[in-house]
Amino acid sequence: MTINFNNVYVKDSSTVACKDEKEGNFGKLYDKTYDDYYIGCKTFEQAEMKMINDSVSIVLDKSKLKLDDINVIIGADLSNQITANSYSSIKFNRPYIGLYNACASMCEEFIVAGSLLQNKEIKNILLNVSSHNMTAERQFRNPVEYGCPKPKRSTFTVTGSASLVLTKEKTNIKVSSVSIGTTTDLGVTDVYDMGSVMAPSAARTIFEHLTQTNTTIDDYDLILTGDLGVYGKEILKEYIKEVYDIDLKNIHEDSACIIYDRKKQSQVKAGGSGPACLALVTYTDVLNKMKEGNLKKVLLVATGALMSPTMNNQKLSIPSISHAVCLEVVK
Amino acid sequence: MNKERYKQLTDKIVPKENKVKNAITAFLVGGLVGLLGQIIVFVLENNFDVAHKDATSIMIVILIFIASLCTALGFFDNLVSKAKAGLIVPITGFAHAMTSSMIDYKKEGLITGIGSNAFKLTGSVILYGVVSAYIFGTIRYVFFGG
Repeated sequence: MTINFNNVYVKDSSTVACKDEKEGNFGKLYDKTYDDYYIGCKTFEQAEMKMINDSVSIVLDKSKLKLDDINVIIGADLSNQITANSYSSIKFNRPYIGLYNACASMCEEFIVAGSLLQNKEIKNILLNVSSHNMTAERQFRNPVEYGCPKPKRSTFTVTGSASLVLTKEKTNIKVSSVSIGTTTDLGVTDVYDMGSVMAPSAARTIFEHLTQTNTTIDDYDLILTGDLGVYGKEILKEYIKEVYDIDLKNIHEDSACIIYDRKKQSQVKAGGSGPACLALVTYTDVLNKMKEGNLKKVLLVATGALMSPTMNNQKLSIPSISHAVCLEVVK
Repeated sequence: MNKERYKQLTDKIVPKENKVKNAITAFLVGGLVGLLGQIIVFVLENNFDVAHKDATSIMIVILIFIASLCTALGFFDNLVSKAKAGLIVPITGFAHAMTSSMIDYKKEGLITGIGSNAFKLTGSVILYGVVSAYIFGTIRYVFFGG
């Protein structure tokens, strides 16, 4: 399902991240970085809230907007009850929508925000997306001090928060279309192998987006998937060739593979993950390159594994979803 | 693509864990923990004049204490991720699993946090430990006269 927009533009964005991301490939591009997981708070959950607060105040400063100028705030993270964003929203005191599509939440926010901006009353929407390695570990896996050995195929949840203002006022970067993905399930039950879980849904969303917008791979300068990891990236390449006969060539990149310096940071195994992974790469490197004119048309494909530990214990396989957003440079 | 064909595709790409290397590491590290336990028993028996039965119990308490302390000091998880099952299978793993759960839920209160989550990982060990103790105890009593 693809929707085209003619009046949705990217105003400004901000990113904050923790120590591992700082040592990664885009460490210098983040607006603010922290040196430990607590960042001066009592618990990891409260630390995630603080990151959201920081990234919101930075993006408001950059765009010279006040909170009163924001009509709606949309927030997404990995915790149950979308804890970090929901609890932060009290402080912002603005209309708030919380979304959950696991790591596909960033593009889901664009879909909802783009549709909301079609209303006369709504002019600016603030999108927040965050994840915290420790809150995700606590919720989906084991206690953080347990240090359960991780296999090579596992990924490392990104700690960071990213904010972006979408507006009707014309800027250089336009959100030209979005695609709502369909949930897919190819029977993978391995909780460590999220790349295998998510690759088929990414392939399907890319195929549907290309078909419905009448474009081919060559029309894009970059297709950036969310958090497939190094092995998921390979799987996507082979799967999309075999099933949809699409050759991704060198246009495809995966943010999980590039957010960290995998040679030096062996603890990240197959790469990054979490909803903030794609956002931290997009809102820094990709938007910068678009502003400089090095990239003109980019397709973002946020990939999410809709994993529930409860259903996993009930031996059901893990469904996945991917949504796509097309960003274009306009004059 | 059906699930079988997809499994073939992912199996080809996703790397396998080196089970032999992991098993050797676990064997050696687990053996070292056993050796440490034996040394403690030996020292207790010979230097502190403790009976053998009491010495083994005290040795277990000492190992639990060391493991819990290392967990609390924050570096046992790094050791576990390197030594794998070598530190998880012995009593050190049990102590570590309990302590790490308690540290994790400390901020959620004594009852609702530590109390209800201390045995989150180790509850099944205790439950099935007790159940199998009953079963094997009964077998021993019935067939071998206690």
